Amino acid sequence: MRLKLNIWRQKKDEKKGCFESYEIANLSPDMSFLELLDQLNEQLVQQKKTPVAFDHDCREGICGSCSLVINGNPHGPHKGSAACQLHLRSFKDQEEIWVEPFRATAFPVIQDLIVNREALDRIIQVGGYVSVNTGSAPEAHSTPVEKAKADEAFSNAACIGCGACVAVCKNASASLFVAAKLSHLALLPQGQAERKNRTLKMVKQMEREGFGSCTNTGACSRACPKEISIHSIARMNREYFKSLLS
Amino acid sequence: MIKEHVKASSSVWWVSILKKYLMGLTGLGLALFVLLHMLGNLFIFAGDKAYNLYMHQMVNMEASSIIQVGLLSAFLLHIILAFILSVKNYFSRLKKYARAASGWKATAWYQKGLIAQGAVILVFVILHLITFKFGVHYKINYGNEEIRDLFRLVVEAFQNPITVVWYIVALLVLFIHLFHGLSSSFQSLGLNHPRFNKSIKGISLVYAVLVTVGYISLPLYVFLFMQEGAG
Repeated sequence: MRLKLNIWRQKKDEKKGCFESYEIANLSPDMSFLELLDQLNEQLVQQKKTPVAFDHDCREGICGSCSLVINGNPHGPHKGSAACQLHLRSFKDQEEIWVEPFRATAFPVIQDLIVNREALDRIIQVGGYVSVNTGSAPEAHSTPVEKAKADEAFSNAACIGCGACVAVCKNASASLFVAAKLSHLALLPQGQAERKNRTLKMVKQMEREGFGSCTNTGACSRACPKEISIHSIARMNREYFKSLLS
Repeated sequence: MIKEHVKASSSVWWVSILKKYLMGLTGLGLALFVLLHMLGNLFIFAGDKAYNLYMHQMVNMEASSIIQVGLLSAFLLHIILAFILSVKNYFSRLKKYARAASGWKATAWYQKGLIAQGAVILVFVILHLITFKFGVHYKINYGNEEIRDLFRLVVEAFQNPITVVWYIVALLVLFIHLFHGLSSSFQSLGLNHPRFNKSIKGISLVYAVLVTVGYISLPLYVFLFMQEGAG
């Protein structure tokens, strides 16, 4: 198959960029979207042009590295999958595709399709962890956890921190990310000791990083490759109120 | 530990979650008001006496001024917070996408223009107050005392088809705002439960439909079935 790509090109340390068009032929419908970019880059290198910079690592939807907005959709059109899990069979032959980086003030573009997502790391750094000396792995049954809570905590722990929730939100809000991280620890016994301060600090840091507020549209949840529920955001709001009062 | 807690909770007044709490609370208060106001409007179907006496009672009841101050405060707070949050949200996403999200990942059109819907509702409320609350004070006597004949003013106002159309358009905007706003308020206030999550959206829709249909019925009824002076 053959595709026309309009890719956002932005040089390192430059604030402005623009779309550049590329025609690419001899593509297999079974190629992944990232393999399409690999093929394009080989083509560009042969032409002595600068290859397109894009983030990638595991290429199996678990690392949260890929950060592509494909035809306006973070990670492409499919639900519950990352850009690396997208295949060319999802597009029509001769289709024109627009590829952009995640856009948010808190995610400045580093180069082309790569954005700086350290804002999310800084939110974790202020309290998104359990600071107890765990030692060697304890016996699994030594701390009983209710099945429903364990399942809910696991659903939230599935967050890979890719930032698609920020990318798709009309307000560039990181609410789903923070809510998932808070929910994960607030639902488990190990997370109780620092629960209040964690909530206050992470919410405050989210605000400092310049993310927008939540309008409860649910777009974040639909774009999330791990399909984390918007109900986690309600939990975060509740946790925040409780933490303030206690 | 306490010191850390104080440090973590300091300067929280600007946190968006708190603003959204207040948006939710004021929104729910205003939503309750629009329901009560709509129910009061239905007295129009019982004739001029019932309508005028009800409105007279509402305006002259003891808590009237407290309710009015509360309503105005909630309304202004809701608008100011919406404006502050919208400005913040605008700056959080300065650079727009070349293509908008589509299909499953798209944001519904009615959820995109909440501030614009709010602006229409604000203009509507101002004009509504000018027309009725601060409009002509006709008088009517029902035996004991002379009271305001609001019924006559309502009938007069809705003889004009442009006014009727404007009311219907503004009330449809209110419907969209209520539909999203109600369920969103619960979410902002952190009020959710696996057992009720699905029904909150349904209840919001039913509430918004009831309120809107109730409101629209008044101008339509007056325009279609009541000739000026017939009341």
